[in-house]
Amino acid sequence: MNPRRIVADFGVFSRGYLRNPFGLFFSLIFPLILIGIFGLIYTNGGSAKITVYAENLDHNSNASLEFLSALNSTGAVTVQVVDASSIGNFSQYLGQNGDPVGIVIPAGFAQSYGNQTPVNVTIYVNPQDAVSTGTTEAAVQGVANAFNLHAAGGQPFVGVRSSTLGSTIFGNIDFLIPGLIGFTIVTSPMFAMVEISSTYKKERLFRQLSLTPLTKGEWLLSKILFYVALTFVSAAMMIGFGTLVFHAHVTLNIAVLPFLFVGPLFFVSLGMLAGSVAKTPESAGVIGNIITFPMMFLSGTFFPVQSFNPPLQAFAHILPLFYVIDGMNQVLLFGNLGRAGDDLAIVLVGAVLLFIAAIIAFKWRDE
Amino acid sequence: MAEAIRVHGLVKRYGPLAAVDGVDFKVPMGQVFAFLGPNGAGKTTTVEILEGLRNRTAGEVSVLGLDPWSQGRQLHQQIGVIPQEFRFFEKTRPAEAIRYYGVLFGTHPDPAELLARVRLSDKADANFDTLSGGQKQKLGLALALVSEPKVLFLDEPTTGLDPSARRGIWDVIRNLRSEGRTVFLTTHYLEEAELLADQVAIIHHGKIIAEGTSSSIIAAHGRPERLRVEGPPSLAEYLRSHVGLPVTVDRGQIEVALRDKHDPIRVLTAIEESGIPWKDFGTVHDTLEDVFIQMVGEMDEGEVAAGRST
Repeated sequence: MNPRRIVADFGVFSRGYLRNPFGLFFSLIFPLILIGIFGLIYTNGGSAKITVYAENLDHNSNASLEFLSALNSTGAVTVQVVDASSIGNFSQYLGQNGDPVGIVIPAGFAQSYGNQTPVNVTIYVNPQDAVSTGTTEAAVQGVANAFNLHAAGGQPFVGVRSSTLGSTIFGNIDFLIPGLIGFTIVTSPMFAMVEISSTYKKERLFRQLSLTPLTKGEWLLSKILFYVALTFVSAAMMIGFGTLVFHAHVTLNIAVLPFLFVGPLFFVSLGMLAGSVAKTPESAGVIGNIITFPMMFLSGTFFPVQSFNPPLQAFAHILPLFYVIDGMNQVLLFGNLGRAGDDLAIVLVGAVLLFIAAIIAFKWRDE
Repeated sequence: MAEAIRVHGLVKRYGPLAAVDGVDFKVPMGQVFAFLGPNGAGKTTTVEILEGLRNRTAGEVSVLGLDPWSQGRQLHQQIGVIPQEFRFFEKTRPAEAIRYYGVLFGTHPDPAELLARVRLSDKADANFDTLSGGQKQKLGLALALVSEPKVLFLDEPTTGLDPSARRGIWDVIRNLRSEGRTVFLTTHYLEEAELLADQVAIIHHGKIIAEGTSSSIIAAHGRPERLRVEGPPSLAEYLRSHVGLPVTVDRGQIEVALRDKHDPIRVLTAIEESGIPWKDFGTVHDTLEDVFIQMVGEMDEGEVAAGRST
């Protein structure tokens, strides 16, 4: 290995890459766009409450007003009282307003509550909107239970306090950043190396390079170093963007750096291997897609692996990107360096084996 | 004179097919050696074996005293190669490419000087994918010169180039020869070989069918010098009956094969005495291309005939 030759090859490849706007877009800008899109989706999903239109037929009795106030105080829904005399049919009114959720406090509610006789509040829901329906039903049922307990003179003994994993309350955006760093680690090197290895073979560029003192190992190592550098830049941009724009909770820890090195080592080698065994650039592209797409979607990039069914979860555990993303989650979010170390060891062993296989598989010369 | 390249009994087989079938030749140092042959004759296979890009089935090959296959890394420090249709990294610029090769070979080339040598100075900062075919070949030449090679292999360096670009490459090859470098040139253009090469070898069906200088090959395998005159068929008949030399006619062009230095005067005298109108008098010689087409054509016809008889 001659470091000067590796640096020279790194320089030529880098300059060529920087002059290609498509490569730069998909490596650096596209992940930020994904963070932006998912960030907006998660932000709206987290803050928007369900609006519940309320028709109070009990003439604003104290009990009915307290019930609606308690419902509004749950934080799960926003109660908007409508004037019963001006809207006509309440169900039609809801339909005209885009089928939101509605609740009707019946006439005599306060009297029944005071007399401790049964009385029902009616909920109008849209069965196609399971989230709104479930949330509203749970909120109304919770308030009703509290009223019943109070009327019976009881006291609550069992309470519930919410928390999440780790010391910080994490949102979806927090999990998305390690996932998208993993996405960049797999897509940029895999697609590029599959294309490079097959095209260089077709265009006889490997033969051209074989006539120079550059070795196969030096050439491949310079590509790995380039994609490591690209991954560092891309990861910094994603963490910065997610933190500044969407207030993502990411704990910067030096323990994430090995993943940013070993990940590209793994996928540059895998891409080179796939491109080397392919006979044409077209078949190389197909092989690259077959390898890459399952990993992109089943390794925890966009969706948590825990939400998959058991067979799919088992499948995710044989995907190398799962260990890259899981390791970064452990470092960046949970501070669980022990499990991150296990993940790193798995990726490192695979990366070394693939690097050796890639060096053996790809040929400078025809024979 | 020392030998730059020595090939003895070279054989390359692909299954039952012998692409190169017992080839022998030597290339002295400092000469331009043209290796000619029709498509599929074994030219590129031979040159790739010499460059160390392809292993041989049998025979001895030595380039600058080294075995190209087993001592390829040492050899590549001393040779320059331009493959057919030279390709490079699309977004790399010629000056950058030269600096890159300089680091790889451990030399310190001056990109401006090297680009001037191949007449590519005006494209020093253009991306490779914006260069024309001729400009790409010139960059290939420049890169082949980065290591200051003793031997250059140019595999059809002017194929597909326009006449101006082709002449530009010719000038570079002449300069390489004047610098004392050995040039191994394969080409489809016989005119190119005749103009540039000190020695020529013609390969067909994997075997060398002619070797020597262009003039010696023409002398050995070509037709004799002819006197050509434009005239009616009656003039051809008159010459046949009066000069006693072979006469052929093709579309109004009458050719009389000459045997000795007195024949032209005899033919001219006969033409004048015939009283038949004539014009455009001159002599014609076979070119290397004529000889090449004749030899290759005769061999192919012979094989077809042999195939029919079996």
